[in-house]
Amino acid sequence: MPLLDVQHLRVEYATENRPAVAVDDVSFSVGEGEFVAVVGESGCGKSTLLFALARLLSPPAAITHGSVEFRGQNLVTMTEKQLNVLRWRDFSVVMQSAMNALNPVASVGAQLADAMAAHGKYTKTEIAERSVEVLRLVGIDPIHLSSHPHQLSGGMRQRAMIAMALLFTPDLVIMDEPTSALDVVAQRALMVQIRQLQSQLGFAVIFVTHDMSLVSHFSDQLLVMYAGQVVEAGPTRDVFDHPAHPYSRGLLDAFPSIRGPRVPLTGIPGSPPDLSRLPAGCSFQPRCPVSVDACVTTRPPLYPVGPALSRCLLNAPDPVSAPASSRASSPASAPDSSSEEDR
Amino acid sequence: MTELLRTHGLTRHFKVGGTFSGKRLHAVDDVDLTIEEREIIALVGESGSGKSTIARLLARVYAPTAGEIIYRGRPLAKLRRRKDLLSYRGDVPMVFQDPFSSLNPAYRVSHGIMRGLILHRPDLNAAARQAEAVRVVEAVGLHPAAEILERYPYQLSGGQRQRVGFAQALAYRPKLIIADEPVSMLDVSIRIGLLNLMAALREDEGVSILYITHDIASARYLSDRIAVMYGGHIVETGPTEDVLADPKHPYTQLLLSAVPDPRAPLDPDAVVDRGEPPRVVDPAPGCRFRARCPLAIDRCAVETPLLRELGPRHSAACHVAV
Repeated sequence: MPLLDVQHLRVEYATENRPAVAVDDVSFSVGEGEFVAVVGESGCGKSTLLFALARLLSPPAAITHGSVEFRGQNLVTMTEKQLNVLRWRDFSVVMQSAMNALNPVASVGAQLADAMAAHGKYTKTEIAERSVEVLRLVGIDPIHLSSHPHQLSGGMRQRAMIAMALLFTPDLVIMDEPTSALDVVAQRALMVQIRQLQSQLGFAVIFVTHDMSLVSHFSDQLLVMYAGQVVEAGPTRDVFDHPAHPYSRGLLDAFPSIRGPRVPLTGIPGSPPDLSRLPAGCSFQPRCPVSVDACVTTRPPLYPVGPALSRCLLNAPDPVSAPASSRASSPASAPDSSSEEDR
Repeated sequence: MTELLRTHGLTRHFKVGGTFSGKRLHAVDDVDLTIEEREIIALVGESGSGKSTIARLLARVYAPTAGEIIYRGRPLAKLRRRKDLLSYRGDVPMVFQDPFSSLNPAYRVSHGIMRGLILHRPDLNAAARQAEAVRVVEAVGLHPAAEILERYPYQLSGGQRQRVGFAQALAYRPKLIIADEPVSMLDVSIRIGLLNLMAALREDEGVSILYITHDIASARYLSDRIAVMYGGHIVETGPTEDVLADPKHPYTQLLLSAVPDPRAPLDPDAVVDRGEPPRVVDPAPGCRFRARCPLAIDRCAVETPLLRELGPRHSAACHVAV
């Protein structure tokens, strides 16, 4: 049984007109000790997905469909009281901006003690010992227990956040862009450290980022999200080596390399669609460099491509199994799909 | 190549601690930097290395503690008349890091551009200003220009706002745009668009750009020349390709090794640096990188290394580098 099993999860934001679907039919699972990365641009629903997994959504957002099973228990139907038993002890969350997530007027030690006191009965010595232990774990000198957040560098603040998340050695740590405020040197040090802690303590990680290159060496599974949907999912190495979806290819081509010849890059022109006014067909079609007529009208399902899944009509195994409407409206998709596989 | 701007021994210290502590933070120390016409130069370094302080010194937000800035042969300190200062500010505008807080949310896009035009180009009449506003908005790749000018910042995406920042700068008919981390707050997928825009501005409008960043890969994509900063000093400078192909300073090597590259396999033996950027308060002589440096020798603790020429136009401030 996987540690976390997400099935057909759907999150909607109620708006004045029609609801905005921020997470649309997302299914995936996380095994014990696995590192799952979720990548995509701002506004593609990846943070909403994380909040939904941890049941941290507040109105107008709400889970309208699907289940999140953590060790066989459905988090979606739990009461707050039941959730509070699991939160922090069994799964914890590291927020995006440590500067905003840490309390600026309390010392690091006080914040660690707060979290421990809220989730169990501990003596002062137990709290002090555990606080020193977790700070050592993430490589911060315990002298900083009495420091306030503004006295720490950006990298240390993020590490302190991770130390807080590890207080009870949870089975799953959910991280929302923990490195986005750091520069490259600190970013890499933090990634290596997360990986080391993971192999040492055995927790699983769900890691959200907009920088696909960051997780290339660290994650086991990769989910590429666009407009609330998973558009490509698979083992990280396979997705990097043979990206099947044009959006994944676009993300991969969006950052310059420090090696090889200098080549002009284009990125992905345009911006993600308004989630309350999605195109009728493929959500990525307006920005897609390889779209065909059928993409305008047909919403593609996830097709298997090797060990991965891709939500692109060009990845349909053969035109016969493609949805009827796409065959009817565009016979041209068949030659395109074969040329696509040649790439 | 003609020289546009040069700094000589540029230094900026800040008082820290209490009023009477007497402690001084050396944000920028003894920086010599030359920017030529139509040149894109990248200033690279981690947070706290002093790169934004250099930007603010050049934009005259701060006055230098010591040293001078020479713009087109004239020291800036000699500019006293309001007209001269205004013309310098129009020639050297700044584009800020955060597109969400650098535009006034209460005004339409046209407001910022029009203000710049009224202030810096008094020769234009109302119709010419309108035409110029449309031209700069189109030059930064925002279409349709007339409609964009009427929008409020909240109606624009992060990438579009940052383009508005460049349009405002462009309205002054600048010679040198100081771009302080213009893409670091943006999504990876739209960063390239902004980098391409900066390259196009150099081609089409003939401006020089000082591109400040911590991302050495984007610096390579865009710049002709690179200057690497550490602890307030420039530790390595040279033509971009030369510096990246053959980094001399150990800090530049560290920066390069930290760049994620999915096309390369992970090197499990790669050195992982846990060091923290230094806070240079009343420093003793010696190399500021020595605590993190794998190559440090005794001499590094006693003598501050100066920039030495190690290749054509390529120098590094390191006792060990060859």
